[in-house]
Formats: sequence, C-alpha cells, structure tokens
Amino acid sequence: MARKISMRQAINEALDQEMARDPSVFIMGEDIVGGAGGMGEIDAWGGVLGVTKGLNAKHPGRLLDTPLSESAYIGAAVGAAACGMRPVAELMFLDFMGVCFDQIFNQAAKFRYMFGGKAETPVVIRAMVGAGFRAAAQHSQMLTPLFTHIPGLKVVCPSNAYDAKGLLIQSIRDNDPVIFCEHKNLYGAEADVPAESYAIPFGEANIVRDGKHATIITYGMMVHRAMDAAAALAKQGVECEVIDLRTLSPIDWDTVIDSAERTGHVVCVDEAHPRCSIAADVSAMITQECFKALKGPIQMVTAPHTPVPFSPVLEDLYIPSADAIAKAVARSRSH
Amino acid sequence: MTAPNSTAGIFPLDKQGLLEAYRTMRTIRDFEERLHAEFAKGDIPGFVHLYAGEEAAGTGIMMHLNEKDRIASTHRGHGHCIGKGVDPKGMMAEIYGKVSGSCRGKGGSMHIADLSKGMMGANGILGAGAPLVCGAALAAKFRGDGGVAISFVGDGGSNQGTFLESLNLAAVWNLPAIFVVENNGYAESTSRDYAVAVDSFVDRAAGFGLPGVTVDGLDFFAVYEAAGEIIRRAREGGGPALLECKMIRMYGHFEGDQQTYRGKGEIDDIRANKDCLKLFSERVVEAGVIQRAELAAIDRDIGAEIEEAVVFAKAAPLPTARDLTTDVYVNY
Repeated sequence: MARKISMRQAINEALDQEMARDPSVFIMGEDIVGGAGGMGEIDAWGGVLGVTKGLNAKHPGRLLDTPLSESAYIGAAVGAAACGMRPVAELMFLDFMGVCFDQIFNQAAKFRYMFGGKAETPVVIRAMVGAGFRAAAQHSQMLTPLFTHIPGLKVVCPSNAYDAKGLLIQSIRDNDPVIFCEHKNLYGAEADVPAESYAIPFGEANIVRDGKHATIITYGMMVHRAMDAAAALAKQGVECEVIDLRTLSPIDWDTVIDSAERTGHVVCVDEAHPRCSIAADVSAMITQECFKALKGPIQMVTAPHTPVPFSPVLEDLYIPSADAIAKAVARSRSH
Repeated sequence: MTAPNSTAGIFPLDKQGLLEAYRTMRTIRDFEERLHAEFAKGDIPGFVHLYAGEEAAGTGIMMHLNEKDRIASTHRGHGHCIGKGVDPKGMMAEIYGKVSGSCRGKGGSMHIADLSKGMMGANGILGAGAPLVCGAALAAKFRGDGGVAISFVGDGGSNQGTFLESLNLAAVWNLPAIFVVENNGYAESTSRDYAVAVDSFVDRAAGFGLPGVTVDGLDFFAVYEAAGEIIRRAREGGGPALLECKMIRMYGHFEGDQQTYRGKGEIDDIRANKDCLKLFSERVVEAGVIQRAELAAIDRDIGAEIEEAVVFAKAAPLPTARDLTTDVYVNY
C-alpha cells in the first residue's frame, strides 16, 4: 500500500526493513543515534538531519555512534563488510570523503580485483550531497563524478522518496560497495511510497517525462529543475524527454542512447562542476555512439568551476536553474 | 622427572610446537632469500619488500591464531601471509604475476590476500590496515565468535592518522583488536628516532587508553608469550592492546635499495648477532630439546618446498587479455 511519505522517512523505512530482514545489517556513523554516553536523551538526533531517528529503539545494539574519526569508522565498515557483515555507514556530508577517501577508493573499491575475485565488500556509504542548504563550500558539494570514476564502486543518487527506498534496499543487498548520495534538499520531498519492501535494480534509468523534441539527462535534485524546464518548454510546444539516471555507476547507456537517437537534441544537466562531470561523461558517450542522429550540439548545464559560495544570492546563481536548462534546449534546437 | 625432550619449565611450547615455529620461520626466510636472488636476476616485476629478519615476530604472534581470526598486513606482508597459512606456491606465482597466483596475478607482492585464511591483505597504503581490523574485530564482536583481529603496522606507518584513529575507535568500542607495531628502526630510509617523537610506542597506546607492551622482536619466545597474553585477553572481552616488537630488517626497504643510509657494519652485525632464526635454533638446541639434525631436516624440506614454488611460479600461465576486465564487481 502506497502512502505519501518524505524521502527522509523512505530512507528510514528502507534501513528499518533491511535490518529486520537480515541480522548482518548494522548502521554506523556520527550521531546517527545521538546523545551516546551523555546524561540526556538517547536517540537525541537520529542523525544530523533525523534520517535514522527511531531506529535505535527498534534495533537495539545495531546502531553505532562513532567518534569523529571518518577514516577509522569508514574503514571499519569496509573491514566488517569484507568479513561478511553488511554495514551501512553514514558519512554525514559527502564532502567529508577528503579525510577517509583512501578507505573507499584504495580499499573497498579494489579488494575484489586486487584479490583476484575472491573478496566481496558489501558496504553502503550513505552521505548527503548538494547545494541549496546555505551550508557553503565544505558541506554542499556534488562529488558524484569523483566516485563514478573509480572502478569497483557503485554510485546511486535518487531524486525522490520512491526511488530512495528501492535503491537503498538494493544497495544494502548488493554485494559490491555502494556510495549512496542523498540530496539534502530532497529529504522533505514527499512521494507515493509502498509500505512493503521493494528493490530497484541498478543501471535502470527512469524516463520521468516523455518527449520527442529534445532529451534532458540528469539525476538527483536536478531532475526537478529539468521537469520545471520541460513544463515551461511544453507551453511553447517543445516536448522534452527527461531521463533520471538514478544510478551513475552502473549507468543505463541503452536508455540514454535510445532517447538521444529519437530526439536528436540532448542537454546534460549536472549539479557537479563541469570538468569531468557526469554531464561531460554522458555527452562524450552520446557523441561516440550516435553522432549521426544528433541534430544539434549536445549542451551541458552544470554548476560553474568554483567552490559552492555561502551568500544565498551567490549560491542561487551557482545552482543550475530551470531557465538555464530551457535555454540550453533552445540553443541545441537553434542549430 | 621429565621425559626426554620435554620442554616443560623451559619453553612455553611442546617440542612439536617448537618444530612448527621453526618450520614457519624457516619457510619465511627461505621464501624471502629466494625472492632476493630471483629479483636480482630481473625476473620479478614491480616492488618487493622482504620480511627476512623479522620472522620471530610474525610467527610468535600468528601461532596463537586460528582461521577465524583476521589479520591485516603491510607492504612487508609475505611473512604474515605464510604465518597465517597462505600457500607459498600461490604467493610465489602471484609475485611473478601469474594467473595461478593467490590473487590471479592482479594483486602482486603488495596486495596478497587470502580471506579464506583470515588474511585481509598486504596493503600498499601505510596504516590502512588498522581501520579494516577494527571492522574485522567489530564483526567478531557482533557474532560473539571469540575471534580476534590483528593489525600489523611498521614504525613508519604508525604515524598515519588512520592508525591513531583506530587505536581510539578500538578502545572506545572495546574491540578484540590488537595493534602490532613492527619497529624495525626504519620507515623506508628514515630512522624511527627521526620520525617518532615518543620513546616507546607503549606511550602512544597509553595516550589512547590501551595497554601496551614492548618486546624484543628477535626473541620468538618473548613475542610468543606477550602475544599470547594480549590475544587471550582480547578473546575474553578484555579489549584491544598494542604490542611493539623491536626488530631488524635484513634487507632494504625494497629490493634494489642500496641502503646507503645504514651505519657502517650494521648489516654485518645483523647477520652475525641479530638473526632471529639463529637465536631460536641456539636456544632450543642448547636446551637439549631439539637436535641440530632435526632442524637440518626441516631446512631440507623447506628448501625443496621453495624450489618447487619457484618452478611452479615460473611455469605457471600468464593472465590473458580476458582477465583484464574481470572481477571488478560481483555483478555490474
């Protein structure tokens, strides 16, 4: 039975259901319970934005608040996964990867290959991504391209509550390391979400709007900007297909190429910086695979090549807008 | 009255245990000496870091472990692998880059692992094993299976933040994790005294609320007894500890290292007076527990075993282009 719940609740429900299903699943991270060892309330926070609130009472002993030591506890999650557990580690903000990246990209990502296929590391690292929260340069980045670049990692970035639940359940059941990126501005966004457990397979993009004149390819928060742009363009008689990639590694090239071939006009939208971004990656692949089907140059709409600024007026300029996306569609169609 | 060959009151192991310890140490030594020779011929690709001279420490610790227990190793991991039961033939083939290697030729010397033996990998990143061992210890604690996990780190790697963070994490979670600092006096070419400000690694342990002990890592028996106590304590829920083994490195940081940073006569002194295998042999022979001929028989066995490993490795097939892209993911 579907109800309208927020992405925050959907993620909480996915964690709850998977912990109930599989005793090897446990959660660790900074303040994921909150109040550990203090004189006040336990489960005081349930994570810095309340995503894991209430889980401690349902699964006592299986939520571990950690010291502020990302290298140690992310590495411990990786080590526990290599020893048969299924840890879900919360990194809080993906920006914090700077202090623990070795454990992710040199350890977790490489074990299977380096050890000749004899290792499985089913760890999930959840972290907040994205700008718009007035959290400035070190708490707002969209670092998805950095992880997508690394063989051995899977990278997920849902745009809504329904996908968040199904993709997180898949992430926990998956036998490879998964970086699960949660856009902090989507936690409150509600969608119809079934109460029962379900998994969404990786590598299956979602066509969230059909259209024949142009294709907009994106993921995460930018899906909503793309939908706004498509709605505005529809009023002018331009029908855009909007593709939500949902997972960046693996990525659904078939859906991307098929749509590009049908419409001939492509706009790649990414909240990441332009260089070596998901947008650049998708643009290159489309050019290689279906150049002759293109009727205009592929357009990229991304954040600028700057850190995320603090001042709200600057941050709003930083984030790709629906207007910028609509203009990019028009630029491609002007050829 | 004690029976002939009894070790009671002299050694903490019975005769069979002593012979097993010697066999493991001799296997490591011969494996490394042979690699030294083969590397010089130019037949072995990449970097090789030898454990020769440090055998007493790895062996003295590993003899307390079973297959459920996990270890995470360092660049200098061959000795830890052999001590934890990884097959020397597979290791040798791995170091030659062959598809018959422990890791199908994809890991090499710095990344040999065998999870089925509880060996979580040599590691190309200094200090990276300590957080992994916290995870292995956490898994053992969740399961309540009495397992322990051991992180090996050099005196150099012990300066990494990962190592220091892990000491704290293991302490606050009371994990069955043991941190072994193999202090061979050098971090690559830089002396321990230059790069580590405290006099003893035990002081570092104390700073994180862990008990610690320093032993002469050349003395198998000192290591064996100290490790036994620490491991027993961890198995019983007593929590983590640090063990510093003071030892020497017989060869350079890596094969090909000219070692001009060593003092005059340092290596001659090591060979003459600080060879842990010689020290072990003298102890057990002088005590009348083991005959020289018994050790010589083991030497012959191991010599043949290492020769067989080299022949196997050289003859083993190379990986093919097909192997390049396999085993990146379980499924993708």
